[in-house]
Amino acid sequence: MSEHIEAQHGHDEHDEHDGVSQVHATLKGYLRGFMLAAILTIIPFSLVMTGAFAKSGPADALILFLAAIQIVVHMVYFLHMNTKSEGGWNMLALVFTIVLVVITLSGSIWIMFHLNDNMMPAAMQDPRNLP
Amino acid sequence: MSETTMTMSGASEPLKFHLEGEHHVENGTLLGFWLYLMSDCLIFACLFAAYGVLGRDYAGGPSAAQVLELPVVALNTTLLLFSSITYGFAVLEMQQNRRGPMMAWLVVTGLLGAGFIALELTEFSHLIAIGAGPQRSAFLTSFFTLVGTHGLHVTCGLIWLVVLMVQVSKKGLIPANKRRLMCLSMFWHFLDVVWVGVFSFVYLMGVLP
Amino acid sequence: MSLHPDLTRLIFGRLTWHEFLPEPIVVGTFIVVALGGLVLMGVITYYKLWGYLWHEWFTSIDHKKIGIMYIILGLVMLLRGFADAVMMRAQQAIAFGHTQGYLPPDHYDQIFTAHGVIMIFFVAMPLVTGMMNFVMPLQIGARDVAFPFLNNFSFWMTVSGAVLVMMSLFIGEFARTGWLAYPPLSGIAASPDAGVDYYIWALQIAGVGTLLSGVNLLTTIIKMRAPGMTLMRMPVFTWTALCTNVLIVAAFPVLTAALAMLALDRYAGTNFFTTVLGGNMMMYVNLIWIWGHPEVYILILPAFGIFSEVTATFSRKRLFGYASMVYATVVITVLSYLVWLHHFFTMGSGASVNSFFGITTMIISIPTGAKIFNWLFTMYRGSITFEVPMLWTVGFIVTFAIGGMTGVLLAVPPADFSLHNSLFLIAHFHNVIIGGVLFGLFAGLNYWFPKAFGFKLDPFWGKCSFWFWLVGFYFAFMPLYALGLMGVTRRLSHFDDPSLQIWFEIAAFGAFLILLGILCMLIQFAVSFIRREQLRDVTGDPWNGRTLEWSTSSPPPKYNFAFTPLVHEGDAWWQMKQHHYQRPLGGFIPIHMPKNTGAGIILGGISTVFGFAMIWYMWPLAIISFVALLATAIGHTFNYHRDYYLSAEEVAKVEASRTELLAHV
Repeated sequence: MSEHIEAQHGHDEHDEHDGVSQVHATLKGYLRGFMLAAILTIIPFSLVMTGAFAKSGPADALILFLAAIQIVVHMVYFLHMNTKSEGGWNMLALVFTIVLVVITLSGSIWIMFHLNDNMMPAAMQDPRNLP
Repeated sequence: MSETTMTMSGASEPLKFHLEGEHHVENGTLLGFWLYLMSDCLIFACLFAAYGVLGRDYAGGPSAAQVLELPVVALNTTLLLFSSITYGFAVLEMQQNRRGPMMAWLVVTGLLGAGFIALELTEFSHLIAIGAGPQRSAFLTSFFTLVGTHGLHVTCGLIWLVVLMVQVSKKGLIPANKRRLMCLSMFWHFLDVVWVGVFSFVYLMGVLP
Repeated sequence: MSLHPDLTRLIFGRLTWHEFLPEPIVVGTFIVVALGGLVLMGVITYYKLWGYLWHEWFTSIDHKKIGIMYIILGLVMLLRGFADAVMMRAQQAIAFGHTQGYLPPDHYDQIFTAHGVIMIFFVAMPLVTGMMNFVMPLQIGARDVAFPFLNNFSFWMTVSGAVLVMMSLFIGEFARTGWLAYPPLSGIAASPDAGVDYYIWALQIAGVGTLLSGVNLLTTIIKMRAPGMTLMRMPVFTWTALCTNVLIVAAFPVLTAALAMLALDRYAGTNFFTTVLGGNMMMYVNLIWIWGHPEVYILILPAFGIFSEVTATFSRKRLFGYASMVYATVVITVLSYLVWLHHFFTMGSGASVNSFFGITTMIISIPTGAKIFNWLFTMYRGSITFEVPMLWTVGFIVTFAIGGMTGVLLAVPPADFSLHNSLFLIAHFHNVIIGGVLFGLFAGLNYWFPKAFGFKLDPFWGKCSFWFWLVGFYFAFMPLYALGLMGVTRRLSHFDDPSLQIWFEIAAFGAFLILLGILCMLIQFAVSFIRREQLRDVTGDPWNGRTLEWSTSSPPPKYNFAFTPLVHEGDAWWQMKQHHYQRPLGGFIPIHMPKNTGAGIILGGISTVFGFAMIWYMWPLAIISFVALLATAIGHTFNYHRDYYLSAEEVAKVEASRTELLAHV
């Protein structure tokens, strides 16, 4: 009965039920992910460190865009995300979380900047630089 | 839910209302851990939101461009990315049930992670030494908290890694331990994902003019 | 004291003898509680029940027992929270003009804070979690939850938080900030004492439990449903449990983060929410309500599920509009993340922000309204029996509709500017939380009690309790609507205008009626226990139910189902009865069961010590207890032998005893 260790539920000797064998990691996958992640890291770092950007607007957008791609790369190649693992529940949870992260981030920033804009009279336009 | 094939139409055959044998429930550990990671993701979302709102409130203190040093961050990013791939190699060895090489890759991963923490601590102590500690301004408060929380997670990952190595050396690559290794794998890669957000949103965008 | 003062300070932090029992009223309470506790301990010792409690309950990883323990915790804390409510009502009824009332403002502020915190976190949450814990695995035909040990651990973390809140009554003080502890009032400058720290650590520790139990129950519903139970065949209560746990997993981290930032401001001198050096206290308000609004739905959704089960059962009809009920629940789940700003319309965002959140708030009332119609249409032309759970349901529909409508009023930003922080708001949210959540939980309590204990609750005292609660509720809160419209704000301990007094006296009378309702409920428990043989149910299905939990014996065996049920349609047990299902009498197989463990209660205990040490700045104790916590947790992971097999003979014995019982029906 040594296979039954920590079997809190169900039988461990059934490999298809233990969840671990669902994941099929390959060397090729890891290497490809690593290369892509490295490239997607080097581009923004080199652009910023060489001072290639004069204005922050487009630079912000580019950095966020590359970060988003890199996050997808990590999800696919390192975290083995796909629509089939755990019957799609992994993906559903991830999509729901991303929606909430976007709501939390953009909502908070929108609300708080709106507040600052609305409540700070023009005379004290930049009080945050006061000590 | 695929164990039984339903005979919904067969009027001749009476409906069965219970399983004769045992119901093999799929193990939920990996899914449960993934759900936990999603909740952790929202903790980070709040810290990112706090940085997004407060990150330019310098209060007359140093600005991000003045105190953040990109070379250090680039090195840190490299360490973490390498530790991700070495953990991946450990997982590949685990799939082959080769305990020795797997342990070796785990040690490499742990060392890279420890290097990351050491560099981060150096950076923090330098900032505090030049009077840019977390109490100085809302910018520094949110910066230290966000980056520090990530560092704390990496530290927890390191402790977990050591514990797991002890457990694997005692019990071997049994299913329970493999499952734990996969959970830590998710945790470790998840921290790398968060770090992508940190270096992009905090460091790179922070030092832009 | 011969100890060096510096050493004393190192060991005991800022805790001194002056902190013990600071108020005369508290001394009285302490004596009562201490005597009561001693009597209880004495009884347990006299009847030698400690071993039984430890082995059968405290260390149990059986979801049914953990569910019952959650509900007991919730009911005990209800008494505390309600005592606070009665004190506030009494104070407000007499403190007019020259009369200052019997509570000093300092004490009054602690009472309204404790009332809110306890009622939400340590009454409503444990009752909801307990209900889901007990019922949901039975409804989906599972033997336990996905992570049985984690379930026990979650419960003890919740208890640990509750213990810290109770400690604040006798040692030091509780927060005086209102239940959400807005800075800068909750900052270290305005609240230097231990009150807010009690608040932070109690909620953080209990929050760990809540979050883990959310992950646990969610995994259970996803992974452990009986074969054939597709999502659209799940009972509605299980659906609402699913959505509630999604909300818990997605919302509680936000509370954790917001409180952690507040704690950093207080402990480490950072500047998240301070008024200096760039801090922004409105960011706290923003974050706490990103958690706070989903929290409202975390509480109400399971209540909706309970009403759905109760309505269908006591109308002898399939639930009307099952699919629309499910969709409404899912829509509410998502929308609940898009309305949070309506809690602070007045903070000063511009018109576009306020109108966006005003409109989303109004939209969320649509799926809720659809649900009300579904329940009404389920009852329409049904053969209704007005058992106690059904009474609570009908009371809910009427009361909740009123509360919902006043909510839509508050969703209009211009109206909110005059009603914000007024007693109108207080009346509104008590209207939905008492009329919705609490009525739902009481309906569920009466509905599933026979499943848990094998005998029904006494209907006479149940009906008394219902009527006192219902009438008492209207007396207590309708005057507050009127007062709110007159512009009376919340959280006042004294009033100057004597013309208002009559309204507060009516409200106090209402609170008295609710007190009678609670007493009736306690009498109901006692009478039911005494008359348990007359109220006994041996069938396991006392209400002619429709879902799988009624197919088991009452109380269910610890393995729930000797054989996992096969599900073919929505109301699984109803269909089984239609097909004259015969329960199997032989051919049993060994059942895989998790072992009990004391790790949960030990970790909970150490967490209490850790929280207490942090609250009083006892740094050495804090470090020691934190290390102990970590070591115990890691030590627990070295235990690989967490399960055993219940032999087929034992299963056969349990099942045979049920067969014998059923033969006598």
